[in-house]
Amino acid sequence: MGYKNYILVCGGTGCESSRSDLIYRNLIEEAKAMGMADQVQVIKTGCFGFCEQGPIVKVLPEDSFYVQVKPEDAHDIIAEHVVKGREVTRLLYNKAPKSPLEEVEDIQFYQKQERIVLKNCGLIDPENIDDYIATDGYKALEKVLFEMTPEDVIAEMKTAGLRGRGGAGFPTWMKWNFTKQAEGDVKYVVCNADEGDPGAYMDRSTLEGDPHAVLEAMIICGHTIGAHQGFIYIRAEYPLAIHRLEIAMKQAREYGLLGKNILGSGFDYDIEIRLGAGAFVCGEETALLQSIEGHRGMPMPRPPFPATKGLWGKPTVINNVETWANITQIIYKGGAWFASIGTEDSHGTKVFALTGKVCNSGLVEVPMGTTLREIVFDIGGGIANGKKFKAVQTGGPSGGVITEADLDTPIDFGSLMRIGSMMGSGGMIVMDNTDCIVDVAKFYVNFTVDESCGKCFPCRIGGRSLLGLLDKITEGKGTQEDIKKLEEISLAMKKGALCALGQTAPNPVLSTLKYFPEEYEAHIKDKVCPSGKCKKLIHYEINKSKCIGCTACARKCPVGAITGTLKSPHQINTQVCIKCGVCKDTCKFSAIEVK
Amino acid sequence: MSKLTLKELHEIRDREATRLKKREIHGKTCHIVVAMGTVGIEAGAKVVLNKLVDELEAQNLTQVLVTQTGIVHDDTNAPVVEVYTPELGAVAYGKVDAKLAARIIKEHIVGGKIIEESRIKLED
Repeated sequence: MGYKNYILVCGGTGCESSRSDLIYRNLIEEAKAMGMADQVQVIKTGCFGFCEQGPIVKVLPEDSFYVQVKPEDAHDIIAEHVVKGREVTRLLYNKAPKSPLEEVEDIQFYQKQERIVLKNCGLIDPENIDDYIATDGYKALEKVLFEMTPEDVIAEMKTAGLRGRGGAGFPTWMKWNFTKQAEGDVKYVVCNADEGDPGAYMDRSTLEGDPHAVLEAMIICGHTIGAHQGFIYIRAEYPLAIHRLEIAMKQAREYGLLGKNILGSGFDYDIEIRLGAGAFVCGEETALLQSIEGHRGMPMPRPPFPATKGLWGKPTVINNVETWANITQIIYKGGAWFASIGTEDSHGTKVFALTGKVCNSGLVEVPMGTTLREIVFDIGGGIANGKKFKAVQTGGPSGGVITEADLDTPIDFGSLMRIGSMMGSGGMIVMDNTDCIVDVAKFYVNFTVDESCGKCFPCRIGGRSLLGLLDKITEGKGTQEDIKKLEEISLAMKKGALCALGQTAPNPVLSTLKYFPEEYEAHIKDKVCPSGKCKKLIHYEINKSKCIGCTACARKCPVGAITGTLKSPHQINTQVCIKCGVCKDTCKFSAIEVK
Repeated sequence: MSKLTLKELHEIRDREATRLKKREIHGKTCHIVVAMGTVGIEAGAKVVLNKLVDELEAQNLTQVLVTQTGIVHDDTNAPVVEVYTPELGAVAYGKVDAKLAARIIKEHIVGGKIIEESRIKLED
């Protein structure tokens, strides 16, 4: 007997941390208890992308999009929707029943998106190889093994014009071609899954939702360049992605899609997983290769590039997860198809992890050339809590801020460089008017100082010096001289640092200096923090005309800095106050003000 | 498990694609809605729903989407089934049983002819 309903439960890390696994098990239990086990199939999929509204449960064929589902809601979904055919209105997005013609894709969050990399996420069961095969999986591999020559593959990649999604945007076909032409019997293929930018989780979600897409692409690359061994370098902090990869590799081996004589073609290839310990610098390719070899993860001077001398000194292709995830579709749909999407400069789509002060945070895949305004305001739904837009930070600790003035720039590799930021791996953090820009710069510099491997002095000493200066400024002790010093050190780091981590670490400083000079000025000249974020520059005061003397703040204050008698205005002893802000959050009368 | 040959991979893909296609909701031309209110279920809507889905599967009619709905405010005619096809528009049938369900597929969906004697008019 056929299934009447299919229930897709998001099994991404975001939703799983909101107990989607329990929702999944409850749905199966409830269906069993009501005798519906043979009429409804419950499937755990990859990330739907709309993480703000998670955990997400989608019921087919009605296409009901349930959001913020709790484990106890499983009963209603089975009892009402599956048994009686009534949508559980209270769980629907917008809480209103949708008209029969309306589709999930009509939700504003999905309207401007185009899914290539994430095409299977939220659709198939990533732990079932048959689901992947059913959606044209391993078709590209067939084509490569039996119909195309390695030269054809390179030519197709060249037509596609795919550029590396790890950040720098180097043409993928060139990397492959260099490695193919490099001399040597032993060559390697490496997948860089050491995603580490703050707020970024594109690669994690891709691996969790569609692991076979990456495996298939790595096999294709191996065949093309003449390698028989691949490595996936992934950080140990991604247990679910590792788990799904392990399952995928096991199933691929059972089918003979990995191992000896793949599909009877005579080609041998296998993949191993290498776990990283979470050092940010290991995302840099030479450091990553060192780490795979068992050494301490430290960058090496380039050249020689990995394409000629990589892993264990052998020619190596190293690509990022998102780059890999594009390749199978380029092969079976053709490079021309891929090139027709996006802009002149950058073809295809890009996945962004949209986070920060935006209404709809989540995973967003848009064609290159989409403007930031469309991403932040149309897809992201604008700034949360009625605050004002201030800037977007792209490219993580290596990128820069983008202001209102550049919001209409179509995003591609070139245009982001021109406005002083970079594509990076795709983290996108939205800031509102309560975020202090100097504090933001400090946050990123602090991050790179922490993550610097310490090998070269421009990064090791330069980073520390930048941080010291920024500390000084946020404490109200900065001078005009410090601005100049910031710029000088930044330039020295850009020129002198060994790897991209150190070369790009000053970017957040330079870009905030360029776009928000007045905010630095305010900290230095007027000794104020306009956003009220820098603790040394603010103090809390009680507005006597608003305070009714309810004593709520005084009871909450952890250091007893607030005094006053019942029903008469209170006061804060600024000598004792630690500026934690608890009083402000507690006060129901907005009587506590930041000065 | 034995290693796959190319032919076996194709067989898996065909088989699994058919399985996955059942989840597909896009590109459907016909739509059958079964009213699954309390009265509807009591009168046998579940049997009808099962019959419809099984018949469609047996005859491989992939262009038809079957969904459920709640009460349609016509309890006297329960179970009620509404059929939408591009040629005939929306037509409702009352007092449907498994036999009529099979006829709906055969005569209405495939044959393109309304089964007049079982047709009912639904209030909006």
